[in-house]
Amino acid sequence: MFEDISAETKSGEEAHKAMKIIVNGEDQYFDAPLSIAGLLTTLGIAGGKVAIERNLEIVPKSAYDTIGLSDGDRIEIVHFIGGGA
Amino acid sequence: MATALKLYILSEEAPEGETYMTNQATDTDPLIIAGRVFFSRLIIGTGKYKDYAENAAAAEASGAEIVTVAVRRVNLSDPSAPMLVDYVSPEKYTFLPNTAGCFTGEDAVRTLRLAREAGGWSLVKLEVLGDEKTLYPNMPETLRAAELLVNDGFEVMVYCSDDPIMARELEDIGCCAIMPLGAPIGSGLGIQNPVNIRLIVEQAKMPVLVDAGVGTASDAAVAMELGCDGVLMNTAVAEAKDPLQMARAMRHAVIAGRQAYLAGRMGKRLYADPSSPLAGLI
Repeated sequence: MFEDISAETKSGEEAHKAMKIIVNGEDQYFDAPLSIAGLLTTLGIAGGKVAIERNLEIVPKSAYDTIGLSDGDRIEIVHFIGGGA
Repeated sequence: MATALKLYILSEEAPEGETYMTNQATDTDPLIIAGRVFFSRLIIGTGKYKDYAENAAAAEASGAEIVTVAVRRVNLSDPSAPMLVDYVSPEKYTFLPNTAGCFTGEDAVRTLRLAREAGGWSLVKLEVLGDEKTLYPNMPETLRAAELLVNDGFEVMVYCSDDPIMARELEDIGCCAIMPLGAPIGSGLGIQNPVNIRLIVEQAKMPVLVDAGVGTASDAAVAMELGCDGVLMNTAVAEAKDPLQMARAMRHAVIAGRQAYLAGRMGKRLYADPSSPLAGLI
């Protein structure tokens, strides 16, 4: 149900229903309603090892199920990678 | 403390092989940062390795209990790519999120807030860079970010210039460890200003760790002999031809340097002083 519709194919009724979410700087389109947890599932990302920022505000893990996304939201999904000094 | 350590070493039976030196040798002399107790005084980074498996093996060989990690965007096109945590476990190592790559206080604070959410702990390493060529720290931004983070409940270990006044300011703000550079990040030039490092160590109430600039084992030993509480390094191990061997060398160098510091070195003389008695010469 959360099928990704690329900008090129987005048209007509589908475009009307889809909302644009900017995930890690990339425009992506999803059907509403969509929670943070739903977004992670759609993207195939395990929620345990990441942190999420929505419009520059951190989303606590406890709120992944309850926070709904809106058209134009900017989402950052980050995790730990190798890095030094 | 030095006496207890000496007794401990004397009572240790030396087993065969190079595994003789373990972190156990420092059991009487732990490193305490923000109330956390560590028996290794070596912190290693997790960047620049061939792969995460080599990284994990080097961490193991170094005996480090703390590893630095970076916070970056998840790769959306391949979310199942290998992850650091699958090789270097946060259960086994204390993950120290750092803000490498941040050039403003805001970016650093934002990154560490995300790190706290991802990991669930508040011990972090702040680093605000001021110049791409030298990766020298931007101290006004560092001071500002440190204050924001301390007020937000973070325990802040801070990368800084080797200026004793800056180090003191950071301590006054409430940072839990002061980490002056020995030389530019990734340069491997060794401790360029031992006088300043020594001044910082002498005035500090918090642990002082040399962060950046170490190139080989003797550099780490020099830092420890100056009285530093620990050393943080990445490139010296990751870019060695044999990273595992260098990780072991660094582990020994840090322990040797610490023990030499605690032992108190002999004074230097301009001329010779015979080691054998002169009395009873034939």
